[in-house]
Amino acid sequence: MSTSADEFAKVAAKASGGINVTGVTKRFGDFVALDDVSIDVPDGGLTALLGPSGSGKSTLLRVIAGLEQPDEGQVLISGENTTDRRVQDRNVGFVFQHYAAFKHMTVFDNIAFGLKIRGQGTGKIRERVKQLIELVHLQGFEKRFPNQLSGGQRQRMALARALAVEPKVLLLDEPFGALDAKVRQELRTWLRHLHDDVHVTTIFVTHDQEEAMEVAEQIIVMNDGRVEQSGGPRDLYEDPASEFVMGFVGPAHRLGESWVRPHDVEIRHEPNGKTIEALIDRVVHLGFEVRVELTLQDGETFSVQLTREQVDELELKDGQIVFVRPKSSRTFSPDGTVPATVA
Amino acid sequence: MSVVNPFARYGMRFAALLYLGLLLAIPLVMIFVKTFEDGFREPLEAVTSEEGLHAFYLTLLCVGIAVPLNTIFGVLCALMIVRDKFPGKSIINSLIDLPFAVSPVVIGLALFLVYGVDGFIGGPLDDMGIQIIFSTPGLVLATIFVSLPFVVREVVPVLQEIGDDQEQAASTLGANAWQTFWRVTLPSIRWGVTYGVVLASARALGEFGAVAVVSGRISGETETLPLLVQNEYDNFNVAGAYAAAIVLAILAVLILLSMNLLRRRSSGDEDEELGLQVVAQPAKEV
Repeated sequence: MSTSADEFAKVAAKASGGINVTGVTKRFGDFVALDDVSIDVPDGGLTALLGPSGSGKSTLLRVIAGLEQPDEGQVLISGENTTDRRVQDRNVGFVFQHYAAFKHMTVFDNIAFGLKIRGQGTGKIRERVKQLIELVHLQGFEKRFPNQLSGGQRQRMALARALAVEPKVLLLDEPFGALDAKVRQELRTWLRHLHDDVHVTTIFVTHDQEEAMEVAEQIIVMNDGRVEQSGGPRDLYEDPASEFVMGFVGPAHRLGESWVRPHDVEIRHEPNGKTIEALIDRVVHLGFEVRVELTLQDGETFSVQLTREQVDELELKDGQIVFVRPKSSRTFSPDGTVPATVA
Repeated sequence: MSVVNPFARYGMRFAALLYLGLLLAIPLVMIFVKTFEDGFREPLEAVTSEEGLHAFYLTLLCVGIAVPLNTIFGVLCALMIVRDKFPGKSIINSLIDLPFAVSPVVIGLALFLVYGVDGFIGGPLDDMGIQIIFSTPGLVLATIFVSLPFVVREVVPVLQEIGDDQEQAASTLGANAWQTFWRVTLPSIRWGVTYGVVLASARALGEFGAVAVVSGRISGETETLPLLVQNEYDNFNVAGAYAAAIVLAILAVLILLSMNLLRRRSSGDEDEELGLQVVAQPAKEV
């Protein structure tokens, strides 16, 4: 973690309307879901909480929303300590993985719910709901019930419902997790555009590194209830702080003592002293990109990413013996945390 | 379906009809036939007699107190069982089923022991001039006891099925516990509650055993409709017994009819929604 950038983010978050979490610990019985977690999310930013299942990312989001009470630590929203404030008084927008649509209400009534709770007038509610319905492209669906909508439509309705109350922060818990791949992809792009229009501080939880990199400006990688690293998508990919981040954010293979990305490997037909011998198991053509699957002498397998031109030039074929050399690789200290060398 | 041989299929239908007919339909029809065998005057007189009207009133009173109380208690209890974690929860959960398991006569006796003149609650109350057993409060208590589990048992599975996602969503949107209950939880469990109310009403209406023990059967005072039927029958006033039985049967049929109407309405909702889904324009993503 580069401290100066972090400090800057912290100051920026406090000054405006961001989220600061400090020293939050949450246990469920013996299980430590969050272990002394601190994060800073700048105002108006779109941040991803990325991690495998059980890493604590959803719990952290629920702590920020007030749906879970932390055992230790505090949560600041726009510089205000909200740790002991009830969920309904925090003014957060929350979107659940399985939509949590009010099944007995129409799309209109779902979106209007928060406004009605706040006792706003009928005319004002109707106007606001109309705007939101346009924002999430659900025109003509006002009178439908949730079970008459597709998954993607339900999630957009849930998003409109959360945005209706003009929340200080928008929290999305694996919002596209229950949708199929194509809809997911479309909603990602759409969420990105929506955020550019609405500009509310947003955190979304995902276990999909590609989703995080595509949508978010800042990614916080979590593992085992702790923050592994936070930074921009490119920082995490090019400058991972631990073995875990190296392996989780983008593909990576272990080559001897060091870690290497599949596109950072040179293949040649002659050894040059620095190379390792390998057998080509299979050359897989994926259009522009070609994946070469290799087995090393010690039996370990890994794959290399090349372009079609490179493969044609080298005339690579299944069953060939070749010599490989990492163009750039990373070595971590034995405990897997501190980056030791960059070759 | 075509695998089943038609004889077996018709045979099964016939067996089912015969079973239901011999055990349910024919005896019930016979009551109607017997009652009106000698015209309408006699049964009408029996029903509109002072005892008859009082029994009718008393039965409705018991149902009218027991069912609303058990509905409120049932919904609260179901919420507690499904949403809360606390020590002793499993004990409460099994206690609720007690009225299902224990014979109503035993329930009546148990109430008698506690609320009777010699009971540890009944005694002090009697000193204050309040009589429970052999009086209307005893009948109401017995009715509450036997009809207690129905709403809880209908609502618990519904609450488990809907989960607490919607309630959490409501709270993030600013709703307090009360608003969440009225606007989100209750509408979601409404069919479970309705069903429980109908079943509890049917049970409360026809309860005999527990009520018989605590009633003392004072004609025109502590006699509900089922007790009146038995009393008239014992006194060889068969016409009166049949007439009272008819009133009970009509009330029961009304309850069953309302349940069927509600069931049809709720499934009708779903059909309509499914139908709409088919004709709805193809759902377009994004």
